[in-house]
Amino acid sequence: MTSMFGASVYRVEDDRLIRGRGAYLDDLGEDALAAAFVRSPHAHALVTGVDVGGALDVAGLVAIYTYEDLPDRLAEPLPLLIPHPALTHGRTPYPLANGEVNHVGEPVVMVVATDRYLAEDAAGQIIVSYQPLPPVVGIEDARKAAHLVHSDVPGNLAANAVQERGNTAAAIAAAPHVLELDLDIERSASTPLEGRGVLASWDQQSGRLRMWTSTQTSTGVRAAVAAKLGLALSDIDVITPDVGGGFGVKIVHPWPEEVLVPWAARLLGRPVKFTEDRREHFIASAHERAQQHHVTVGFDDNGRITGLDVRFWHDNGAYVPYGLIVPIVTSTQLLGPYKPDAYRVEFDSLYTNTVLVTPYRGAGRPHGCFVMERTMDAIAASLGLDRTVVRERNFIQPEEMPYDQGLIFQDGRPLIYDSGDYPALLAKLKDLIGWDEFTAFRETARKQGRRVGIGLACYVEGTGVGPYEGGHVVVETSGKVKVATGLTSQGQGHQTILAQLVADELGVPMGDVEVVTGDTRRFGYAVGTFASRTAVMSGSAVTLAARKAKEKALRVAAEALEVSASDLEIVGGMVGVKGDPDSRIGLGTVAVLSNPLRYAFDEAAKAATQFAGRGDVTKPPVGQDDEPGIEGRAYFSPVRSTFASGMHAAIVETDPDTAEITILRYCVVHDCGRLINPRIVEGQIHGGVAQGVGGALYERMAYDEAGQLVNASFMDFLMPYVSEVPARIEIDHLETPSPLNPLGIKGAGEAGVIPGAAVLASAIEDAEGIPVRSMPMSPSDLFELRRKHGQETAS
Amino acid sequence: MGSGEELHDVRLTVNGAARTGRVPARRLLSDFLRHDLRLTGTHVGCEHGVCGACTILLDGVPVRSCLMLAVSADGSDITTVEGLCGPDGTLSPVQQAFTECHGLQCGFCTPGFLIVITAGLRVVPHPTEEQAREMVGGNLCRCTGYQNIVASVLRAAEIAHERSAGRP
Repeated sequence: MTSMFGASVYRVEDDRLIRGRGAYLDDLGEDALAAAFVRSPHAHALVTGVDVGGALDVAGLVAIYTYEDLPDRLAEPLPLLIPHPALTHGRTPYPLANGEVNHVGEPVVMVVATDRYLAEDAAGQIIVSYQPLPPVVGIEDARKAAHLVHSDVPGNLAANAVQERGNTAAAIAAAPHVLELDLDIERSASTPLEGRGVLASWDQQSGRLRMWTSTQTSTGVRAAVAAKLGLALSDIDVITPDVGGGFGVKIVHPWPEEVLVPWAARLLGRPVKFTEDRREHFIASAHERAQQHHVTVGFDDNGRITGLDVRFWHDNGAYVPYGLIVPIVTSTQLLGPYKPDAYRVEFDSLYTNTVLVTPYRGAGRPHGCFVMERTMDAIAASLGLDRTVVRERNFIQPEEMPYDQGLIFQDGRPLIYDSGDYPALLAKLKDLIGWDEFTAFRETARKQGRRVGIGLACYVEGTGVGPYEGGHVVVETSGKVKVATGLTSQGQGHQTILAQLVADELGVPMGDVEVVTGDTRRFGYAVGTFASRTAVMSGSAVTLAARKAKEKALRVAAEALEVSASDLEIVGGMVGVKGDPDSRIGLGTVAVLSNPLRYAFDEAAKAATQFAGRGDVTKPPVGQDDEPGIEGRAYFSPVRSTFASGMHAAIVETDPDTAEITILRYCVVHDCGRLINPRIVEGQIHGGVAQGVGGALYERMAYDEAGQLVNASFMDFLMPYVSEVPARIEIDHLETPSPLNPLGIKGAGEAGVIPGAAVLASAIEDAEGIPVRSMPMSPSDLFELRRKHGQETAS
Repeated sequence: MGSGEELHDVRLTVNGAARTGRVPARRLLSDFLRHDLRLTGTHVGCEHGVCGACTILLDGVPVRSCLMLAVSADGSDITTVEGLCGPDGTLSPVQQAFTECHGLQCGFCTPGFLIVITAGLRVVPHPTEEQAREMVGGNLCRCTGYQNIVASVLRAAEIAHERSAGRP
């Protein structure tokens, strides 16, 4: 049987989805009551009163809840999920506003009615009185701290953190050349096509809660809801149905709605559902990306960086439920494939009266990559060197792996790169885009009155972050194989790639393997889907679980066939002696034999019953350390993350008159170790690149000075259509296996997005001959940049 | 619903079957299809007509069902994603192409794309790549970067051609 590993097989997820038989959150719970929320229209205000009188006459109204109604632990702030010693002033929201609102969209009142239209009718009749407070909007406002977001957080400073390797100040002081750069990135957001949603049903008889939520972590939600509602974990099932995209935003948990909806369902004794609308997703979920950076870099005549100092300011929005993950990732992953002699990074994480900031695909890396790669280009420009040459001179070499960057990564463990070959990646990239031929192309274009530029950007991505994932594999008596892992899927194709791995490991046809993710009824121990970790973590776990199941199957079959287990193999779901096609028995039969029975439930089961004459009557039917069934359960917990890498290059054309920016070529070389399913990996890269292009050229969260998000719709927030994405994303792979997991794989989910802003800034700068220091870059921004640069040059 | 709102009869054909309902005037066609007729394959991504996930065929023409009231669809002939495959369950050329080309990831926007491409190929049965891009130019996808959706349009045209050649 040919190996499934490495095969671009069709996805097993697709058949249901293309027939319209998917089951997303709002497709469920047709009998449920509907929840709607009254949300703050102010960025910062005291809540002085809630008048629900007008809503009481609305037909279909079931309940109205404000903060005062919340009991016990529900009345406490939501959890700070990832505490950190530097996070000295962590603040999280209450499920419903407790006297103060800190961003437009913060929930103040929950309404439950018999249907969504009526719930919104009622919500519309509730009058909340506010006393507006001065809002803090944007990093500059936050740093000035003329006003405070939280009155007990001086300077709006949630955290200040420093990491340093070597003596950076001394290295910069001694450097032959020093440059300083200010580099800014604006806000964008995950923006999945399906927003958040949660459905909960309380079973009065059994005292159990079942909930479905559009999340990236079923087990995380279960633990949080159990804590908030005072329930045992085993009395809650959390099921993640089909999820219409996540990209980071759905890793946050519990959302206010995720604790309020199950609470109301229990209180009312009826199922309750909340489905977020698009405006709510813009103003009441989470954003990412906004950071300002100041770089001081010292380098020698060859362009080698001797000292790199990065000071940056991170806008964490109104609350920090997800801790400091984004700025920590920026501060560590900024180094990319490079090895400055000394590095110091310091950041402030600042409160603003805006939607909270939590990881969005890339999670701090796009900003770090932008900072590092802009710095590389600036060094090349100042020395008159080719941009690829400066990068080559700063690369960590393959023979230096594993390479310790001397910092602490986002998992609290040393930042040690496990493997990678950056010179080989760059060689592939130059070849793919035709780096050395570009000068001729530029000349030809110039003669036609066209302005073109080429750029590149390199990154390293820590993937497969711990602490662990698990897998369970069971062979049914039908021979079908059921696999479960606890983390969730949002469209990445997990069911397919995990089935490929189990099919290979067990020796069964892939069609006989069914994978379930994100259902606590099937697997209760898990972390979640983030940090490009599913293939590495759950892929390794289900492989190890399948290996255990296989060992058991071979042992049981060996007894039945009276041969040694080492002489057996499993091919196409049949167990038999190697090279002897007549000796084979089906894996389903082995499953029957593995479970000593008193009762026969069908013809096949008779073989395992007590008078069938099997087994040694002097021994217990199930051995002391044995279990019935062909099952395997295993956990994978690597010592630290595995580091994928990649490099992008782009050729852009900028219109001399309109400043329109067109991408002519977009090339990707990518190293995620061994590829399980190349088609799926490339699909992940495509999607990431599109989000990178969106973040570089189109998307920004436009807050006005009052803290109103003025483009909170798909009409105004410019998410790319097909017309904004490069017609062809050209991809080449390098496969440097990871030594840290049994499959030699690295994560691939986020990679495509990371260098987007960096590579397009590089190409635009090359086309225009004007330093590009902030992204995104719209035609208006470029037009303004040209005007300013013209003025500066003239004066 | 018990809201006291005035209800209106709606009679229409959905995926070849006669369907009826009694709805308030304000009920969106998307909600009527999804929650009253339980055809949840049609998805709602923005409720303001921009993303295209809710696209259906109304008398053969692609329409955003979130921008239309159910009462306005009275008397019309509607096709949703559930009605794209053949009576025997055979995938339509567009559905088949999405499987072969990895044209979907999370699948939430997919029904809208399947519908607009189905309609588009009736008008332009042999699209160029440029025409394929044009055909899907009004729908949003956050997962695929559109690369494999455009490929799916071209492949769907091929499959339709192969099938018509194979089965005259």
